Amino acid sequence: MKIHVNGLQKYFEVEQISLSKLIEELALTEKKFAIEYNGEIISKGNFTQTLIKDGDKLEIVVAVGGG
Amino acid sequence: MESNKLLIAGKYYVSRLLVGTGKYKDFEETQKAIGESGAEIVTVAIRRTNIGQDAKQKSLLDFIPKEKYTYLPNTAGCYSKDEAIRTLRLARELLDGHNLVKLEVLGDPNTLYPNVVETIEAAKTLIKEGFDVMVYTSDDPIIAKQLEDIGCCAIMPLASLIGSGMGILNPHNLEIIIDNAKVPIIVDAGVGTASDAVIAMELGCDGVLMNTAIAAANDPVLMAQAMKKAIESGRDAFLAGRMEKKFYQATPSSPTSGLIK
Repeated sequence: MKIHVNGLQKYFEVEQISLSKLIEELALTEKKFAIEYNGEIISKGNFTQTLIKDGDKLEIVVAVGGG
Repeated sequence: MESNKLLIAGKYYVSRLLVGTGKYKDFEETQKAIGESGAEIVTVAIRRTNIGQDAKQKSLLDFIPKEKYTYLPNTAGCYSKDEAIRTLRLARELLDGHNLVKLEVLGDPNTLYPNVVETIEAAKTLIKEGFDVMVYTSDDPIIAKQLEDIGCCAIMPLASLIGSGMGILNPHNLEIIIDNAKVPIIVDAGVGTASDAVIAMELGCDGVLMNTAIAAANDPVLMAQAMKKAIESGRDAFLAGRMEKKFYQATPSSPTSGLIK
């Protein structure tokens, strides 16, 4: 399957993957991040039950320095 | 005494200096300068994380702990109400339900001047969703009042363009805004050096938000110390009430009697 993460195309051998597993695969190191999945915010409690499929779009954001 | 503290959305702050966390050389300098500024509220931007980054890469949160500072997520770079609302919804999720936000909707990439029409619309939606909205706006007194009437918890007019360091271009507009407001007025953007911050506070502003003035100084840590003193001096001068200006009329400070003849 092919998904879009932060505007980048990512390919996986599997047909679907849980969001929690995907976070592991992406090796996110930030302690805090928020995820928008196909335009909807997914709370941390729902990461395991959210299944990512072909064509899905994810935005993963963090806090950075800004004024 | 809480009467000289800054009250924003039900919380008291000792410091009237709010600072941004951008443009510093590195996180160590960010931490040092912000520490010296005495600021309690710090703005942050919300951005895409790097995928596949170095596991040892540090994050802002390691240096500016969320437990020690009140994070104020902003909508810098947003040019529409929808982008701003989306950003702040993500920020609330990111910061564990934190409602205090800085709304700014820009109208032009060269001047970064606010689009007040989109700002008002975004503010309405965010307030309906339970956000405490501190809002960046122009120094237009009518717009400032409208934003207050909608329910924004602090109005933050510009002194001059973001990152310009041009100082306070229209002190009289700021005075009109201050005189008409029941919520804190915080000058946001345009302050270049300590005297600008003093003037803002002497005008009666409740606080000043700045980033570039500190971060782009040759010595950001020393400038952070200067700004802390400027904000305190300006506030004290405002509370003390300045003497009346007497144009072209000198008054001696020493006794006019008992002069040696």
